[in-house]
Amino acid sequence: MNTHLDGNVLAGALGEVFAVDITTAVAQCASCGTSQAMGQALVYTDAPGLVARCRTCGEVVLRVTRSPGRTWLDMRGVRCLELHVPGE
Amino acid sequence: MGIVSPGFKGRGGAGREKLPPGQYLVTDFPVLSAGPTPRVDTGSWELRIRTETGEVHSWDWAAFRALPSEEITVDLHCVTKWSKLHTPWRGVSLDTLLAEAETSAEYALARSYGGYTTNLPLQDLLDGQAWVAYEFDGEPLESEHGGPARLLVPHLYLWKSAKWVQGIDLLDNDEPGFWESLGYHNYGDPWREQRYWGD
Repeated sequence: MNTHLDGNVLAGALGEVFAVDITTAVAQCASCGTSQAMGQALVYTDAPGLVARCRTCGEVVLRVTRSPGRTWLDMRGVRCLELHVPGE
Repeated sequence: MGIVSPGFKGRGGAGREKLPPGQYLVTDFPVLSAGPTPRVDTGSWELRIRTETGEVHSWDWAAFRALPSEEITVDLHCVTKWSKLHTPWRGVSLDTLLAEAETSAEYALARSYGGYTTNLPLQDLLDGQAWVAYEFDGEPLESEHGGPARLLVPHLYLWKSAKWVQGIDLLDNDEPGFWESLGYHNYGDPWREQRYWGD
């Protein structure tokens, strides 16, 4: 059995990388073009890393892996990321 | 009476078997997956091996099951640190599947239903080191564990044993797979604890 969580689970891992809250960022899927908040992505966590998939087409939008002291981030599945800038 | 009693060699029993560094023993069979489980019907299943010149060898399920198979019992080591010992499988050796392939390629890239990929040196698929497995513990391989058939390369971390294997490309140049392109070690030897880039 493997299940997914919603994209808010990304907040922990990506909070170490981004100065802004990634879960409220709006990502345009590079595969189907759908725009959705990263928090709406389907995130598979029972894996060697976090794999976020587009809720519409199921393709990978973002992947994160973590080792002691290092993080790798692949955003090839995101065509454009709209970030909310605090204080503006 | 023998010189060495069974109790001497077996001190500590099954719970003290040697594991690769950093691993712990499990008795269940954890399921890891980077996406939804592909439900692949054997009626449409196909395995394709493509050489570096574009030559393709393919088997449908019936042809694949007609190949000589082997029973193997191997230890599994997942990069997430669990190990499961003495797991019984049935599968077709890659030596059998690659017997007719004319190739001078040095690398292989396994491709799975669902889009997963993993790379490894071709020599690690040969000489009785790798199988396409379709039974686990005497039963058809469940889809959660990669059924109807998965790659089984037990001397490397388990992410190399691609579930739902669909094909193997033989390549002149190495092409990092799904996890190898995102920080995980290109080779993945559990006994050398090759988990991440640079290990």
